[in-house]
Order: sequence, then structure tokens, then C-alpha cells
Amino acid sequence: MFLIFALTSISVLAVITGFIFMQGFPLIADVGLRDFLFGTTWEPTRGQFGIGAMIAGSLAVTFGAALIGIPVGICCSIFMAEFAPGIVRKIFRPAIQLLAGIPSVVYGFWGIMFVVPFIRNYFGGPGLSILAGSIVLGIMMLPTIISISEVAIVSLSHTYKEGALALGMTHWQTILAVQLPAAKSGIVAGVILGLGRALGETMAVIMILGNATALPESILSPVRTLTANIGLEMGYATGVHRQALFATGIVLFIIIMLLNIIAQHLTNRGDMIE
Amino acid sequence: MNKIEIKDFNFFYGKNRVIRNFNLNIEANKITSIFGPANSGTTTLLCCLNRFCDLNNEARYSGDILIDGKSIFAPKVSVTALRRRVGMVFEVPTPLPMSIFDNVSYGLRLLHVKRKQRIPEIVEMSLRQAALWDEVKNRLNFPAASLSGGQQQRMCIARILALEPDVLLIDRACSGLDPISTAKIEGSLMRLKKQMTIVISPHNIQQANRISECVVFMQKGEWVEKITDFRI
Repeated sequence: MFLIFALTSISVLAVITGFIFMQGFPLIADVGLRDFLFGTTWEPTRGQFGIGAMIAGSLAVTFGAALIGIPVGICCSIFMAEFAPGIVRKIFRPAIQLLAGIPSVVYGFWGIMFVVPFIRNYFGGPGLSILAGSIVLGIMMLPTIISISEVAIVSLSHTYKEGALALGMTHWQTILAVQLPAAKSGIVAGVILGLGRALGETMAVIMILGNATALPESILSPVRTLTANIGLEMGYATGVHRQALFATGIVLFIIIMLLNIIAQHLTNRGDMIE
Repeated sequence: MNKIEIKDFNFFYGKNRVIRNFNLNIEANKITSIFGPANSGTTTLLCCLNRFCDLNNEARYSGDILIDGKSIFAPKVSVTALRRRVGMVFEVPTPLPMSIFDNVSYGLRLLHVKRKQRIPEIVEMSLRQAALWDEVKNRLNFPAASLSGGQQQRMCIARILALEPDVLLIDRACSGLDPISTAKIEGSLMRLKKQMTIVISPHNIQQANRISECVVFMQKGEWVEKITDFRI
């Protein structure tokens, strides 16, 4: 019986994958892979299907979110694992879990009411921008990174720490030189999952990024991500246009697969050092 | 000459008094065994000598411990410098997740040894002192975790010796080891006492008999008896 349930979940994956590829593939074949991926004109009504600008948008926003989320997340997990006194940890941990539970539309709403006007007033531009999206997505990926990295650090054998301290290392040297490298595979896994969340996020980015289909010129330019493209246009798309959205889905699917493969690869290599 | 003087020392974990009114002088260049049944405070006493006990948040102490006539609890004492000078080997081997060579050279690199080319030389010397060199000389780049338990323990001793400590603390370092590794470690300790003061918590009384000139018995954190020229 469990096998049946297991097969069900696997087969759902297969059905979805198959469906996306079936629907999207003809269009990629028609337009040509190169024009589809690197073309920067997206005008479905005129038969122009180039998603280059959106790939750039997705990558730029995810990269920006990583720049904000990874350092903050890893430092926070170090603090929680190594420095926080028991009581602080007891407050922080549920607080961070709560951060993970906030619906993305609320993040988007907060972004548009607070982050976007802030950027408009202090940095110029429309405010709806890569920068705003990076900040909000950076915050959204924090709980994933923090909780997984913290577990990775806490679950390290205490002998590493003792051995390092007995060599006359300071606490910081121990963390940087011994504990972080030893917990590397777990931390990388957390980061990749966080990046996956940022890349797949739809609601918040539709609200904050401005959704322009042009190639971004600076971090203050509005962009549209792959997910936003599907989310915005699926309501009214028909025929070839709909196929183009499915094709966008294929690209998204492949990017996330690549991310997972990289994560797997890094994690395995980490294990071999042990 | 007394290398270490422990004066009216009490040590607490929270409300639990682990060491009671302890007084002891440890002589330089000898191997002193601190022996007691399980849970009698021997490990804690060793941990106090290089202030490893500081790591526990509930730890408190009273009294004083002097090394070379200076209190190790004085506010200006650098704990990390103290731990380099008073090296400790634990009951369970504590290899760091890196290669054998890096394990042994890590402490040296932290000290910013001026001439880098001396590092391989010191690593070899330390591994020889710990009676491990012949077994690992062809695989210094292997991860330390690939060594057997006994080899790991000897590597940990080598790692501490590389820092040229004045005092070497060994906490039941042979408890998990086979007799051959144990004999090798004991042999190295006998040679090393010319250069340093060794305090060991032996894992059995025969070991205390084999290697140490002075045996101190403790029970429930209290000093019971000190026997110099100890023979069963």
C-alpha cells in the first residue's frame, strides 16, 4: 500500500514534467532554441517569444538575494549554534520558523509598501526593481538557510571543537577553520534550497519587480522573472502564447534541476572529506 | 622544582562540587599520574590546568592554580596562549576534518611560524616523537579520519607536541587503544619527560606503575594520597 502512495507522488512528478514538455516543446522547436533563450523581445501578440530578458531577470534577482541572504543567514546560524545563550536561542528559533511561515503575498505587500518607496526615495528610479526584489527574496530565503545551517553546525562532533581549542585556537578560529568547513555540505544544501525558493518565488516578485520585459540596465531597473511571466499571463494566454508560457516553465524547470544537481554534487564531495 | 601548584582548589559545575579543597604540587620533568575511580574528578582537574573547564557556562572555582609560580586565572592571562603551553590530549581522539599533515601543522600555522619551510620538519619530528611517523610517512595527505583509533590518538599527541608545550596533560589517552599502541605511547612519554612536565590520568593502575614516578589518588574530588616512587 505504501508503494502505491509512493508511486502516486512519483507519477505526479512524471505527469507534470511530461505535460510541460509536451506543451512547451513544439514552440521551442518553432522559434528555435537560440532565439527563445537569448531573444530579448517578448511580444506574444506579434509572435515574438524571446525570454532572454526574463532569464536575466531571474538570475539577477536570485543572485542579488543570494548576496544578501547567504552572508546574513550563515552568520545568523553561527550565532545561534555557537554564541546564543539558551534563552535567546529559545526565542530565535521559533521566530525564524515563523519567518518561514509568512505567506509570500504578505512579503510582497510589505515589499511594495515599504521597500519599494524607500528605494524610490533614496536611490531614484521607479522603486520596483531588482534591488527591491533582492532584498525581499533575500529575507525570504533566510529561514531555510539558517535552520539547515544551524543543524549542520550543531550536529558536528564536539571533538572537532575540543581538538581545535586544545591547539590554542580562539573560538573564532575554531569556527572559521574547523567547524564551517566540516559543516560545509549541510550549509551548501541550505543555501541551495534557499536559492531554489528565491528562484521559484512568484507572488512576491510579481508585486515588487515591476514586470518589465526589457533587459535590465541597472539594479534599479524593473525586471520580470520566469515565474512572474507565467503567473502574469497564464490567465489570458491561448494557443501559441500558452505554449510559450509552458516553454518558459521548461527553462525554469531545467535551471532548478541544475541547481539541485550542483547541490548534490557539492554535498557528495563534502562527505568524501569526512 | 614545582612546575604546577594547586592551592585550596574547589571546582563547581552549578551547585555540584566536583573538586574539594585540593592541594597538590606537581614536579617538573616527571610523569605524575592522577588516579581515581570513575567520576572522581580527575578529568575535571586536568581540564582546569589549561582552563578547558572555562567552556562550561556553569563552571565556578575557588582557590588558585599556579604554573611556574604564576596564577593561570589571572585576568591578563591569555587563555589561548595558556592552552598552547599546556597541551591536552583527550580520552577520545579529536582529529580535525583535514589531512594528517594539516592536523599536525595547524597549530603551528596559527602561531605564524616565521620560516614556513620549518613546518614539514617540525611535523616529522612531532610524529616521530609520538611513534607514528613510520606508519603515516607515505600518506600524510590522507584524511585524519582514515587512521585507526590508536593512530588518531598518537596523531593528536603529535599535534600537541608540535607546539612544544611545557606541560602535557593526558586524559585516559590509552583507554580505547590496543596494547601495542599503548606501549608505543608510553614509550614516547618516558622520552618526552626530559623536555616537559607530564600529567596523566592513567586508565589503570598498572599503567600508572609503568610510567609515573608520582601517583596521586583522588576520590569524589578529594585528595586522598600522594605516593612518590610508586611501585605496586
